[in-house]
Amino acid sequence: MADRPLDFNILIVGGGPAGMAAASAAAGAGTVGIVDDNPNLGGQIWRGQSFAVEQKNAAAAMYRRVQQAGVTHLPRLRVLDAPRPGILLAESEAGSYELRYRKLVLATGARERFLPFPGWTLRNVMGAGGLQAMVKSGLPIPGKRVVVAGSGPLLLAVAAYLYEQGAQVVSICEQSPFARLAKFSFGLLGDPRRLAQGVGYRMQLRRTPYRAGWWPIAARGTRYIESVVLSDGHRTQEVPCDYLACGFHLVPNIELPALLGCELLHGFVRVDEQQQTSVSGIYCAGEPTGIGGLEQAILEGEIAGLVCSGRTEALRPLLQKKKKFGKFADRLARAFALRPELRGLANAETILCRCEDVSFGDVRKHSSWRAAKLHTRCGMGPCQGRICGAATEFLFGWNADSVRPPIFPMRFGTMVGRGCTQENKLQER
Amino acid sequence: MSGNYDAIIIGAGIVGTACALECAQAGMRVAVVEGDVIGGGATAAGMGHIVVMDDSPAQLALTKYSQQLWRELAPQLPADAEYETTGTIWVAANPDEMNEVFRKQAVYRQHGIAAEVLDSKSLREAEPNLHPGLAGGLLVPSDAVLYPPCSARYLLEQAMRLGTVVLSKIAVKIGNGCVECNDGSKLASPIIVNAAGAASPELTPGLPVRKRKGHLVITDRYPGFVRHQLVELGYIKSAGSSTADSVAFNVQPRKTGQVLIGSSRQYDAEHKDVDQAILRRMMQRAQQYLQGLEDLSMVRAWTGFRASTPDKLPLIGPHLEDTTIFLATGHEGLGITTALATARLLVDQCLGRDSEIPSEPYLPARMALESHHA
Repeated sequence: MADRPLDFNILIVGGGPAGMAAASAAAGAGTVGIVDDNPNLGGQIWRGQSFAVEQKNAAAAMYRRVQQAGVTHLPRLRVLDAPRPGILLAESEAGSYELRYRKLVLATGARERFLPFPGWTLRNVMGAGGLQAMVKSGLPIPGKRVVVAGSGPLLLAVAAYLYEQGAQVVSICEQSPFARLAKFSFGLLGDPRRLAQGVGYRMQLRRTPYRAGWWPIAARGTRYIESVVLSDGHRTQEVPCDYLACGFHLVPNIELPALLGCELLHGFVRVDEQQQTSVSGIYCAGEPTGIGGLEQAILEGEIAGLVCSGRTEALRPLLQKKKKFGKFADRLARAFALRPELRGLANAETILCRCEDVSFGDVRKHSSWRAAKLHTRCGMGPCQGRICGAATEFLFGWNADSVRPPIFPMRFGTMVGRGCTQENKLQER
Repeated sequence: MSGNYDAIIIGAGIVGTACALECAQAGMRVAVVEGDVIGGGATAAGMGHIVVMDDSPAQLALTKYSQQLWRELAPQLPADAEYETTGTIWVAANPDEMNEVFRKQAVYRQHGIAAEVLDSKSLREAEPNLHPGLAGGLLVPSDAVLYPPCSARYLLEQAMRLGTVVLSKIAVKIGNGCVECNDGSKLASPIIVNAAGAASPELTPGLPVRKRKGHLVITDRYPGFVRHQLVELGYIKSAGSSTADSVAFNVQPRKTGQVLIGSSRQYDAEHKDVDQAILRRMMQRAQQYLQGLEDLSMVRAWTGFRASTPDKLPLIGPHLEDTTIFLATGHEGLGITTALATARLLVDQCLGRDSEIPSEPYLPARMALESHHA
């Protein structure tokens, strides 16, 4: 294992589709690195995908492009802090690293939004993407009864995946009403590939009831979930299950961009046509600029990669394509807007902050996120409010605090600066 | 002009809420003006160490008196105030500092405060994670810790039970018996208490109160990692210096098992961003005293602004020129400790009651005299 330079001309944070696209587009412009906290490239959406040569899919093609580009991949490294311009601090199991860059592309992706309802803390109630990731990591799912519920296009993708893996997907519940989804799908007619993807999922799942305008109101069980109660606001139905895969669309990971001083607009990183943020030399691509899905993330990544490697001559077709994508993120947000009934699922005793065991009732008494934090410890735990903060944003309309370092819990040793040497070895893939 | 208040308190930090409760208990009709979160300023940023300090006789008298008041209140504090008598260990790094340990012990004993000298071995027994090379320390068992925002909220809730009103607005001007607020409203009262901490000079121009920025960092839960509040003996030197940026080893066990690590002091640092350079210095200082810190997980770092005065004593009492204004500010790092005594002394003055300890050292008038000398 040779020492690798930790000094990059272009550094990309996030090894999902946007980051991979940026890296391959930036190839040849000096040293290019991708840092990501997962062991493999692919991000959430391509987690566990085989990148083998014989694979014909988009993920493998993208992976080959990254490989051919001679990009340095720094796996299992989590970026925690930005102590000075041009420097990021990152940590792995093995130690801490100082990563230097001249240009930075932030492709930090998104996470699921969770909302509290009675029983949501029972075992085997998981995020939709969360359960998918666990199955990809080896959780045995064949024959298990799974209800997939919540909101967003991810639900169908997860349901289709679980079905492929042998799960018995007993119900898929999308909280958004049918009329709104239909309007959205109609909009997709101008975009056959996306439509085909959606229809494809439905075909695979054709024996599974897909209910629009239904949502989970309670999970029941003693330690593990035994059933989920679903409702459309008038009727309720209790469905026995082994797993509930439940997420309410996505929340962008904007903590690092915010820490770096990038301007935000309505909770997303503000970028110009060329993915440039408000901070010179820092670009952002993919979900943090707007939840727009895979193809938009790849396109934005490519644009960012070309721009920061100075190859603007190749940009024009991409910018045109981007224009054609138009306001897909806005349409997605409208189609999967959360219904107000979801604000009333939790009761006073329902846990809202799982890190600190703070109940919905205790948090509700306060008038702002900061007041709730200071007086109940809500959001004060190791997840730093990523889960309950995103929930209270929807539940109470609260705005999160300003971002402070470290953006994830960080070893004292890393924070104090010991062990941040270039001699530290990084694990190879 | 509206409101039939005997006293209006500006600021709902630990000092303002203590003043509100004390006034309300004296039968006064009280309003508290606070535009932000209850206990959201220095009260939220600070450690919550209830500590007797002997930098000066007046500081010792005030901290000792106030600690006694906290001890009396402790049984009524709610669980989320997390009051715990952890004791303080003043850590001596070297034999020189041991001399200071003995001097300090003599002073504390003279004032009836239990204080036990620990040699190197007994220091290690008391705190196994301290470095073995440290010379010893002074254990002051009666010191305590608490969680300030919830303590402030409790004080305010008690005041509200006695009729105190909380007004969610920002005072923009005070004086001559009148409080002007950001919504254009005006409130009248014969007594206006400026308890706005680091912001107090904005309301009372000319106050000798300067912002002094501090940093803290907190770990995940490691119950028993430290057992007492641990402070280096050089702390008073750091706190007492009135020029350069300084750091001192000051670590607190929280009831949650978390370890709170401080402390830093900076003048003329107006921005609330974390200053990475001084944060590192502060953490390196902690490493000089504690071993095994490297692998602890740090959950958060933050900053706050202390309200410091030139002589390191708070301003408690009437403003020299405008007798409707009473000051309860300038507590620097001792606001939590001295909040209850501050409130008691202030109300003693308002009502012409005798005080338990002499109030002269804290009167704002002393500063006016000093500035005449200068």
